[in-house]
Amino acid sequence: MAYHSFLLEPISCHAWNKDRTQIALCPNDHEVHIYKKDGTKWNKIHELKEHNGQVTGIDWAPDSNRIVTCGADRNAYVWTLKEGAWKPTLVILRINRAARCVKWSPRENKFAVGSGSRLISICYFEQENDWWVCKHIKKPIRSTILSLDWHPNNVLLAAGSCDFKCRVFSAYIKEVEEKPGPTAWGSKMPFGEMLFESGGSVAADQTLVGGGGWVHSVCFSHSGNRLVWTSHDSTVSVAEGGKTGTVNSLSSETLPLLCVTFITENSIVAAGHDCYPVLFVYDGAKGSLTFGGKLDVPKQAAQKGISARERFQNLDRRASETQGTEKDLNSLHKNSIRSLVSFSPPRHIQLNSIVRFKSQISVLEGGRNQCTKFCTTGMDGGMGLWDVKTLESAMKNLKIV
Amino acid sequence: MAKNTDSARFRKVDVDEYDENKFVDEEEGGENQSGPTRLKWTLCSDNILQTRTPRYLCLSRCFFERAELLVVRVLSSFKSGDIEKAVGSLDKAGVDLLMKYIYRGFEKPSDNSSAVLLQWHEKALAVGGVGSIVRVLTARKTV
Repeated sequence: MAYHSFLLEPISCHAWNKDRTQIALCPNDHEVHIYKKDGTKWNKIHELKEHNGQVTGIDWAPDSNRIVTCGADRNAYVWTLKEGAWKPTLVILRINRAARCVKWSPRENKFAVGSGSRLISICYFEQENDWWVCKHIKKPIRSTILSLDWHPNNVLLAAGSCDFKCRVFSAYIKEVEEKPGPTAWGSKMPFGEMLFESGGSVAADQTLVGGGGWVHSVCFSHSGNRLVWTSHDSTVSVAEGGKTGTVNSLSSETLPLLCVTFITENSIVAAGHDCYPVLFVYDGAKGSLTFGGKLDVPKQAAQKGISARERFQNLDRRASETQGTEKDLNSLHKNSIRSLVSFSPPRHIQLNSIVRFKSQISVLEGGRNQCTKFCTTGMDGGMGLWDVKTLESAMKNLKIV
Repeated sequence: MAKNTDSARFRKVDVDEYDENKFVDEEEGGENQSGPTRLKWTLCSDNILQTRTPRYLCLSRCFFERAELLVVRVLSSFKSGDIEKAVGSLDKAGVDLLMKYIYRGFEKPSDNSSAVLLQWHEKALAVGGVGSIVRVLTARKTV
C-alpha cells in the first residue's frame, strides 16, 4: 500500500489516464491539476483553468484521451490535448443548479452529468454543428443526483440521488448508436425510460430495504448484471437485473460509505467517513451480502508496559486506564474517503505519514472484474494506492471471491 | 307492538375502543418484576406492535407517546445484568428499533431514566455500532 500526499486541501475528485501515469485532480477550487508520475514523485504538468466554480467531477476517457470536467458554475468542459496543451470546449448543460458528477460512457461517445437541478444531462457530439448537445432525463427524479455509473452496454445508466433512491435509466441516443440488445434489466429501452428503482416495493415489515438515506455512490459490476449502491443510513445494497424484486441490503456498523466499486463479480470495496476501505462479499446464489473485513493495516504500535504514572494520567484524561490507541485513527487515510478507483502502480511504498479521510475510490488495474489495485483519494489531500494481493495476504481471514 | 325484552347494554359499548390496532397491554407495568425471559418477550412484543401496526391507523400522536412511555418503563425495569442478554437476542432490525426508542427516551428525561437508557445505549452500541445511530438520524419512519 502506498500513500502520497498531494496537498493540504481536500481532493474533490480525481481521474486517471489510460496507462495510469497521470492523474487529474481538483484541489477543492476552480482548477484541475494534472500530475505526472516521475519515478516515485508526482510532478504537476498542467493546470486547467476554465471553470468559475468548484470543479465537482472529472472523468478521463482512456481511449480517446479526453477529459470532461463539470463544476458548480453549471457548466461542463470537454478538454482535448492539442500540441501539448489541454484546450477546453464548452458544453451547455441547460441546468440551473450546480453539476455534481460526470462520467464518460464506456464507448466514449457520450457522457452523463448529474446535477442539483434534479435531472441528468446526457451529452453527445453533433457532427453537423460541431457542437456538444445534451438531452435531459427528468422523471421521476425528485432531488439532486449524487452519483452516476454506466452499464457496459453504453446505454443503461445508474443514478443515485438525494431522494433516497437508486435508479437505472436508459440513455439511448439514436444519433450516435444502434439499438441495444436486451439486458437483464429490461429489453425496451427508449431514452429516459426508468428500468429499475430501489425502494419501489417495500414489504410492510421490511423497514431497512433499499436504505433511507441519500444514495452516495452507485456501481455496476463488470458484466452489468449487478448494481451496488451505498446510502447515507450506513447501508450497502445490491440489486441484480432480472431479480429486481429482491434487493439485498446490509446495514453496516460503520459511518456512512461515500464511494463503492466492484473488484470482482462478487466482491465490493467501499470507503467513506470512516477512513478505511471495507470489503463486502455478495453471494448471488443465496442472495446475501456479508461484511468481508476492514482493508487497512495499521502500523503496529510498539507494545510496552504502561507505567503507573501513565495509568493515572490516562485515568485523569480519558477515564480509562488503558493506553488510548483508539484516539488516533489507525488507518492510512485520516479523513473521509471520497473516491475509489481501480489502479496499477509499478511499485508500492510504505509511507508512515498522518493522513485523513477518503472520499473517492477508483479501480486502477484489472477492471471491475479482476481488480488487482485500487486507489482512494480523500479530504486529507492525499491519495492511497492499495494492492489487493498484499491485502489478501496481510489479513488472514480476508477472502476476495 | 313488540317490546324488546333482551338486554340493550351492548349499545353502550364503544367498539372503537376495543379496536385491536389500538390495543396497549396495560398490565405489563405490574408484571415487570418477573424473570428476564418475560421482559424479553415484552420488549419484542413492543417491537411487533410498532412494526405491524399500519401507520395510517395510528392517527393520534398520543398512541406513540403511550408506546414510548411503556417502552421506557420496560427498559427501566430490566436488571443491569440482563440488559446484555436482551440486546443479544434482538436481530439487526430490532437493535435499530431499540436505538430509536433509546434516543426518544433521551428527549424526555424523567427521574432515573437517562442513566438506565445510557446503560442500554452502551450495550446496543456494542452490537449495532455507529451505523445504528446513523440509522436513527436518517430514518424516515420515526418512532
